[in-house]
Order: sequence, then structure tokens, then C-alpha cells
Amino acid sequence: MMSVGMAYIAGAFEHPTRKATDISVGRLHAECAAGALADAGLSRDDVDGFFCGGDAPGGLLAMVDYLGLKPRHIDSSDIGGSSYISLVGHAAQAIAAGKCNVALITLAGRPRTEAISGFGGPPSHPTRPWEPPVNARLVDLYALCARRHMHEFGTTSEQLAWIKVAASHHAQHNPHAMLQKVVTVEDVLQSPLISDPLHRLDCCVVSDGGGALIVTRPEIAMNLGRPLVKVRGAGEALKGQDGGAVDLTYSGAAFSGPAAFADAGVTPADIQYASIYDSFTITVLMQLEDLGFCEKGQGGRFVADGQLISGIGRLPVNTDGGGLCNNHPANRGGMTKVIEAVRQLRGEAHPAVQVKDCKLALAHGTGGWLGSRHGSATVILERE
Amino acid sequence: MQVDQALQQNHPEAMAFSAAAAEGRFMVPTCGDCGKAHWYPRAFCPFCFSFDVTWEAASGRGEIYSYCNGEPAPGTNVIAYVKLAEGPTVLTHILDADPAALRIGLPVKVVLQAAKDGQYFPAFTPS
Repeated sequence: MMSVGMAYIAGAFEHPTRKATDISVGRLHAECAAGALADAGLSRDDVDGFFCGGDAPGGLLAMVDYLGLKPRHIDSSDIGGSSYISLVGHAAQAIAAGKCNVALITLAGRPRTEAISGFGGPPSHPTRPWEPPVNARLVDLYALCARRHMHEFGTTSEQLAWIKVAASHHAQHNPHAMLQKVVTVEDVLQSPLISDPLHRLDCCVVSDGGGALIVTRPEIAMNLGRPLVKVRGAGEALKGQDGGAVDLTYSGAAFSGPAAFADAGVTPADIQYASIYDSFTITVLMQLEDLGFCEKGQGGRFVADGQLISGIGRLPVNTDGGGLCNNHPANRGGMTKVIEAVRQLRGEAHPAVQVKDCKLALAHGTGGWLGSRHGSATVILERE
Repeated sequence: MQVDQALQQNHPEAMAFSAAAAEGRFMVPTCGDCGKAHWYPRAFCPFCFSFDVTWEAASGRGEIYSYCNGEPAPGTNVIAYVKLAEGPTVLTHILDADPAALRIGLPVKVVLQAAKDGQYFPAFTPS
């Protein structure tokens, strides 16, 4: 079922914490839920649909009980950090199908406090005998993509560095951002190699925190007195190793993007602001290509020379500073991608980075491991 | 070396690989219906979904599809995708490589490695 025009994002909240030593993950979920409900002008008891990732403490069973919700529709489909973007689409579809009226989506986590990292996975994971012995780190699965992209298309470390430079230009205006200092291409290239060809400043931050969204049906959204942000299109996809026919030159955005654009009936040229998942600089570059903002292989030229900086470049990207400079709560960046797109469409971004008369925005995420198995989710949002 | 019992119980189909590897043979799962080899190994063919899959002796030859240099220092932990002569591309290690000589397309040969859980996996070294 098409989700076009049937649902609106009525509430959005980003938790201000970046290190939550004295707050449990469950409480962070609750604080984010309360923040998004207050932003929408709704109360907890209005919620009849609940959505979270598979990482929420105790899953749906515990979270619904803990938060005191009475949902008639639930969904914890997990595709890593992109889950919260796909869940916006799921919520819009559930509302269009009459399954719920007020959907609450929450994310929270404390990887900085709890020092969580690693490849993970249960003992029954199908790759357990084959990949854990290789001991590839998360960053390695992105560095492999970067190296292949450089080989195929001549992409350079300098071009990748421009993605971080743009994020830092935005983050200087965000008082909550972990890294507020403007950096240069040289700063990125001179930072230590973490997994050659990726440097430390090609990598996102590790932060505690969270966020929440409220998605509602049109009749409710129109009575709340908040700017109307319509879920105009959504797409999702999974990409893996294809039985060994590995191709690292593209991501699942090549599928989720066109699906979302078709759903919305718009093209990449119509998008005025884009939140693009930035776990690493290479993630941004590949997604921009796969979403159709430029030709495959031209991503390096597209991002260079400040072209992603609001007010300067051709496509303002991640005006909150993104995962590269602002935050990356729970190691899952999808939620904050939607939140900043909502701010832009409402005209509530920082004045220094606000896109003038922003009517159409995109949020896209890559969850999991870009170089092995990942989820992709795209939403297109419109200000009415 | 004995493969960890929990791994044996969770992945019974993987054990034949280690048994052959312990004798120095590198086996790749291959489909009796469509003829394609695949990786990582499954008991069915990911291309045509046939369950007529057997372990076939592979050449152990391949070339680097992509690589990265990890910690603690460049060259000491090279993670790579290696495209096997038989077709599939494997997430793996490159051992004993001069970091300066690494390149995409570099010919490599298999080195069967026992992990700390006793399960063998294919690593590679420049050939």
C-alpha cells in the first residue's frame, strides 16, 4: 500500500545527552518518548502504535510494559541503524491501513558509557564459522568499500575528507555537538589511519543518547498546530554478499532510493535538504551516488569543495553535524537523520544552516556493515 | 585440533570443511544443479536454491578484490576480499604481505588457518 499523504511526522525529539552515565537505557527511551510527545502536543495515552529497534532493552515485550503503553500495533523490525528510517515508513503504512492513529518510535543507547563494540551476533549466526575468525572490525568493512571505490572510480582521500569538513562547518553551530571545531581537509588526512584508507576523522563519534518520533494520521496532525511534515515516500532494502558475487561499489540505497522516489513521485533534483547516514565518510559518498544525486563514480567530485555545506554547496547534508560531529546515539544514526530533516522542513534548524523555504527533504540510512550485510532505508518528507 | 563443541552443535554442516582442511585440502561448496561455487558456505545453493551442494576441491588461487590495513600497524592485520579462481569472493586475511606491495588484483594462494575455536578458515598470502 502506498503511504503517500496518509501520515505526518507530528513530533520529534533528540535527547541532549552525549554521555549518560547516570541514566539507564530504558529511562533514555522514556525521556525521548516524553520529549517527542510534548513536541507534538500529545500524551502517552494517545499512543496506539509502538515501534523500536531490536536493541531496545528487553525488546517490545519489556519496552511496552516498562513505558506503560497500550498499543494495538507494534513493530520492531531491525535493520541496524537504518531501522528508525524504515520504521517511519512502517508507521505511515500502518496508519494508512487503519492499524493505529498515533505511532511512537523510540531509540536509545549508551555505547560510550558501556564501551559496546564488536562484530556481535548469536552462536547460530550463519556466518559464525567463517567470518568471526577473520576478526574484521566494523571500520574494516567500510575501508574495503573505500579502497574499491578509489580503484574503480579514482575517488581520493581528499574528496572523502570534504564530507567531514562539511559536517564540522555545520556542527560549529550546534551547542550539543560532540565535535564543534571546524576542521580542514588537511586535518582529516593528518589524523591517524584507523583502517587504511580511512582516517580517524573519517569515522563518526561514539555517543550515548537517543531520540523519538511521533507519526500520526492527517486529521490528528492538522489539529496539533505544528508545522505539517508529510511522509511522502518510503523505501527499504537489504544488501549482502550475494552468495560470493561481492560488489562493493554500491549500497542498498540503489534499491531503497528509487523505491522511495517512485512512492513520492519526485526526483533527486527536487530534494532541497538531505540527511545522509554518516557512520563513515565513504558511507555518505556511496549513498549519494546510489540515491541518484550524482552518477555512479562521481561522488568524489560531488562532495568536494564544500558542496555539502548549507548556504554554500549544491546539496546541504547533515546540518546538525551528523554522526561525524554531532552524535551517533546507540551506534545507530537513523533516528537523528529523520529528526534533522524534520527541523529543516519546519524551519527549526539553526539559522546559520537553515535551508531557505525548505519544502522537500530526504533522510537515508545504512544499518549494519556496508561491506558485508546492510539494511537501507529512505524516506522523503514534505512540508505542507 | 578439535573444533569447539558448541560450534559443532550450532553449525554441523561446516565441520566437513575443517576435516578436509586438517588434511591440507581447501574445499568450496559447489552446486550440482547450476554448477556455481559459492561462499560463505551453505548446505544449499544461494544462486538457484538447490540442495544438491557438495564440497569440491578448489585450486586455492585467487586475487585481491579489495583490502584494508588495520591495527596495530599497517601490514600487520590486512583484511581483504579475495576473489577465488572458482568464482566466489571471500572475506579473509592476507598473511605475510609487504604492505607496500599490496594492490587490488594481486595474485594470492590459500593458507588454511585454524581459528582459536578449532574451526579452519581460508586465509591467503601473495603467490
